[in-house]
Amino acid sequence: MKKFVALTLGAAVAAACLSGCGGGGSAGEVNVYNWGEYIDMSVLEDFQKETGIKVNYQTFESNEAMYAVLDGDGADYDVIIPSDYMISRLIEEDKLEPLNFDNIPNFSDVDPELKNPEYDPENLYSVPYMWGLMGVIYNTTMVDEADTGSWDLLWNEKYSNDILMIDNSRDAIGIALKRLGYSYNTTDPDQITEAVDSLIEQKSVLQGYAMDQIFSKMEGSNAAIGTYYYGDFLTMQENNSDLAFYLPEEGTNIYVDAMCIPKGAANKENAEAFINYMCSTQAGLKNCEEIWYSTPLMSVREELDPEVSSDPMAYPDAEIMAQCESYTNLPQDILDLYTSEWLRLKA
Amino acid sequence: MKNRRLSWLSAPYVLWMALFVVIPLIVVVVYAFTKELAGGAWVPTLENFAGMAGYAAVFARSFLLAAIATVICILIGYPAAYLLTRTPPGFRRVANMLIMLPMWMNFLLRTYSWMFLLERNGFINNILGSLGFFNLLNGLNGALNGAFGLALPTDVAYIEFLGTQGAVVLGMVYNFLPFMILPIFSVIEKIDPRVIEAAQDLGANSQQVFRKVIFPLSLPGVLSGVTMVFIPSVSTFVISRLLGGGTTILLGDLIEMQFLGNAYNPHLGSAISLVMMVIVLVCMGIMNRFGEGEGEAVLL
Repeated sequence: MKKFVALTLGAAVAAACLSGCGGGGSAGEVNVYNWGEYIDMSVLEDFQKETGIKVNYQTFESNEAMYAVLDGDGADYDVIIPSDYMISRLIEEDKLEPLNFDNIPNFSDVDPELKNPEYDPENLYSVPYMWGLMGVIYNTTMVDEADTGSWDLLWNEKYSNDILMIDNSRDAIGIALKRLGYSYNTTDPDQITEAVDSLIEQKSVLQGYAMDQIFSKMEGSNAAIGTYYYGDFLTMQENNSDLAFYLPEEGTNIYVDAMCIPKGAANKENAEAFINYMCSTQAGLKNCEEIWYSTPLMSVREELDPEVSSDPMAYPDAEIMAQCESYTNLPQDILDLYTSEWLRLKA
Repeated sequence: MKNRRLSWLSAPYVLWMALFVVIPLIVVVVYAFTKELAGGAWVPTLENFAGMAGYAAVFARSFLLAAIATVICILIGYPAAYLLTRTPPGFRRVANMLIMLPMWMNFLLRTYSWMFLLERNGFINNILGSLGFFNLLNGLNGALNGAFGLALPTDVAYIEFLGTQGAVVLGMVYNFLPFMILPIFSVIEKIDPRVIEAAQDLGANSQQVFRKVIFPLSLPGVLSGVTMVFIPSVSTFVISRLLGGGTTILLGDLIEMQFLGNAYNPHLGSAISLVMMVIVLVCMGIMNRFGEGEGEAVLL
């Protein structure tokens, strides 16, 4: 199936390339593969104007969908922007090209906190693009302030039938692990089983599991408590000012989407030029103001509205950051355990 | 001979089938019977089917909910289709259009609208609330509690529709009902009126005419209606996710998880799809066998 998808997409890319070649960009081109709705499109034009390199831009909907296409024929793309755990998987499978940081001088602007992350410990393959934290969203008119502060709120019987849990095995089991004081990336089957046991317990107080449905549920006050990313919370709050957000004291997940070059990319130098451009203050600011996730670039943070840049949920202090953990790739047997345990919960 | 000369006309369809039905099906079969080793090599295996028993509950739930939805569709759809054939042609055209009207809108959009209707602060609960239904219910419960010493709730402010299996069945019935009405309608409409007249001439009353003539002749329509409702119901994943609250998953969710979700295992996903297809085929085969004897007259 994925081969077929890859073929079709390959054809689309080839067509895009053909039409691109007609334009006559002498400096060549770069094929970029990013999440949907995750860029200020004018940045691409600016890059093209500045360097003469033509950008062929394609989007994906999930890390797994991107992985399937890449697996078909990785050489079609020069820059990909997957999330942390997928990057660590691609590194393990030797599917990424080491970056030449001499061509990416703007990397020096990246927050040192975000360098050498768990998913790329020596920082050879990736340059952060956007990041954020997961936390608990609650409705201040329905939830007692005294009950907030910890992941326990999601298990609180007082709010029975008012709680939404995230509908995704990695995130849901991760939250349960963190609540029990374990690591998001544990490979101890007993800890994972214990976490899922607690999720089964939690089921009786839940209204349901939700991903993007959480927007309408929280905005319409149809549920009192949910868990999602801070950037998305800001969107919800625009539509319902009763909503509030906190980072649980046990620690939470920091996600990072970072730019990488897949193995065998045809235009590696153009790709590095593109990554460097995306790390410029000008491009970073435009992107950040378009999508409102946290930027890894320190110069951009200075340029932002002080109200945004001093927001402790978007840019928390070192103490909170120290408790945050990003996802790394799990070994196949643990991934299989996640699947079977998730079904034990849901089936 | 005449047919043979025109057979090239079917080439586009054959090509279409080959490209988008047969080849993908072969891909599914290949995936189902292989696995990927750590090095990236593929080896044949039956492993994907070994764990299938673990999904028995999901299989059972999916088939049960789809069967309930199908039965409800027959109970609503058959009388509707039958009565439609008794109406004047002008009305019939309008009614037919109204039945198809919802299908002009996107399936996902329609299911989302049901979410908003059934939500806790949604349209239906708001209407019930402003009509004083909940006050009435709370008052009634209070009175019953006083009179019989019961402990019925007296602070009901909404009905929780979403997140129940009932909501999932409702979603299936709503989305697929037109596929039950239309085939039954077109079969009944084509029954030769002379057959009915003959039955009447031979002394059958209207009940007997329906039972002995119209109903048996309409069975092929019912059968294709059942197929067109049951199959999409058994494999849906959007309906259960949006209306079922994600607490209990159906086969469609299970398969989707293997392709686009964290579970990511296309081999297992293909194996589950294949088992589902086989079960559906067997069900359909059995049903067609039952329908065969009676349906023959109209099938031709």
